[in-house]
Amino acid sequence: MLHLALFLFFGAICVAGAVNLLVQRHPINSALSLVVVMASLAGEYLLLGAEFVAAIQVIVYAGAIMVLFIFTIMLLNAGEEERTKGSRVAILLGIPGVAIGAVLVAWTLLRHSQTASVPMFALPGVPRDIARLLFHDFLLPFEVTSILILIAIMGAVVLASRPDAVARPHHAEPAQQPREVPELVGPGKERG
Amino acid sequence: MIPLSCYLVLSGILFVSGVLGFLIKRNIITIFMSIELMLNGVNLSFVAFAAHWHMLGNVHALSGQIFVFFVMVVAAAEAAVGLAIIIAVYRTRETLNVDQVNLLKL
Amino acid sequence: MSIAIFAIISIIKSVAVIFVLLTAVAYSVWLERKVSAHIQNRWGPTRVGPFGLLQPLADGIKFIFKEDLTQPYVYKTLYIASPIIAVVFAITAISVIPFGNSITIGPITTYLQITDLNIGLLVVLGITSMGVYGVALAGWSSNSKYSLLGGLRASAQMISYEISLGLSLIPVMILAGSFSLREIVNAQRHLHWNFFYVPFGTIAFFTYLISAYAETNRTPFDLPEAESELVAGYHTEYSAMKFAMFFMAEYANMVTVACLSTLLFFGGWLGPVFGPPLMQALLPVLWFCLKVFFFMFLYVWVRWTLPRFRYDQLMAFGWKVLLPVAIANLVVTALVVALRA
Repeated sequence: MLHLALFLFFGAICVAGAVNLLVQRHPINSALSLVVVMASLAGEYLLLGAEFVAAIQVIVYAGAIMVLFIFTIMLLNAGEEERTKGSRVAILLGIPGVAIGAVLVAWTLLRHSQTASVPMFALPGVPRDIARLLFHDFLLPFEVTSILILIAIMGAVVLASRPDAVARPHHAEPAQQPREVPELVGPGKERG
Repeated sequence: MIPLSCYLVLSGILFVSGVLGFLIKRNIITIFMSIELMLNGVNLSFVAFAAHWHMLGNVHALSGQIFVFFVMVVAAAEAAVGLAIIIAVYRTRETLNVDQVNLLKL
Repeated sequence: MSIAIFAIISIIKSVAVIFVLLTAVAYSVWLERKVSAHIQNRWGPTRVGPFGLLQPLADGIKFIFKEDLTQPYVYKTLYIASPIIAVVFAITAISVIPFGNSITIGPITTYLQITDLNIGLLVVLGITSMGVYGVALAGWSSNSKYSLLGGLRASAQMISYEISLGLSLIPVMILAGSFSLREIVNAQRHLHWNFFYVPFGTIAFFTYLISAYAETNRTPFDLPEAESELVAGYHTEYSAMKFAMFFMAEYANMVTVACLSTLLFFGGWLGPVFGPPLMQALLPVLWFCLKVFFFMFLYVWVRWTLPRFRYDQLMAFGWKVLLPVAIANLVVTALVVALRA
């Protein structure tokens, strides 16, 4: 009972956030709705017992990746979306198409689902067990993803830098021409 | 006790919302956020299946949680590089509207 | 213990802890004013109550009665929500901080902690990560040059130093073998404080302290809100109660950092304990408070002694010096612990 209530609570916040992301026109509102979705997903993971994954979801996804998105929106001063012809066509064709796809997916899932239930806190989400798996069985993917992140960092730095800032080396400012100092006009001196 | 299909339906709703956002929205950054939404939906189904298999006593059950880490890492890397590309595109084309970024060379 | 008793005890604990935290925040402002005054060879607040002890009360009343200006050109929803976000996340972090061992009153035994999660350290890191939103959204929603620049700078600084913050806490976790804050303190019994674990614990402590100073936007890393540089940074356009909330959030973050420093590096509530059982339960709380007070004093002392970093020096230091030191410390600590086992 409590499990169902909590699941529906977090699930409702998730779905509301996802719908809000689609409905809002300003990207900052969409970004904040996505943060709400991620936080409620962390709640869902907690319900399943995966506490370490929930903590990492908040730290990495909601606390770092979404901050990156919000930075970009603030830097580029993104404004509200306009209703253009392209967007109207997309809405007209997109919503029915995706609705059909959604119905298909839901029908397949519900028809072929086992009746197995998942109780509250089913998973042992203790960091010790996860570490044992991560550093024994999945060591190679772990190292490869670390190289992937390194490549991504280098790529992001190169792509986002200004074209002239990379080429020009830092050098001292050349000595400036002394500015023309206007002559002070005192009480004794008359201007011509 | 909640049937597994409830978690899968929630994950499916998130994924479908992501696809819908990807198709409807015209702002590049919002399209990127829809991609993140899709990845989050997939993460939820990974963890739900990990719990399901753990209940059935399978010894490889916790791999679902591990895979969530890899999905998060890949999503972070993709977000970083993608946003850098968006900034570079904005600098040259002065627009964030996807419909107007339709020429290879300005 | 039944659910009802558990709920009532949790509510009592939460109310008591939040009340104490808000009072501590108010009096840390008093501490700052007094200590800064004496460092600068003047008196500080002396008129309102003995030693100026009622000054925070006077400040609170002033903030409530001040005129709340809301400019017409701000993004209203985010403008009002940002201080709320900042304060909520600053105060929530106290919910996993343990103040002492268990206390027994009548038939009820409970930990002196609102909740003892076995990922407590990660929860604190997550909450400080979310605290960046208050700053970033405040800077953006104010719709003014100074605020936007200040907000961007402050949040870039905060997320840069979050990495070395987390990495400097992992050696502590390795030494204790758990993420739970209570376990980490219990692993420091008999003066095996992590600070004395030379050199890894000491390096971890100083890395943590520097990262935490940058994370809470305090001198020498407070360029984003320095008065002489950016007017007031991200809270330029805020007045009265909303400004007070940002103020409270900053000092609450300072209190959280001080609590974490004592728990993780200085043995938390461990200290000489004697006397009847009730005193044995409350004496650790006294030691904890004394150590936290020392760290708050250190915060103020450093602020009024050191000049501030320029922004590019600040970011270069965080990425080029602190991050490699934290990573190297982590690798070597893990190696030593693994080889010793």
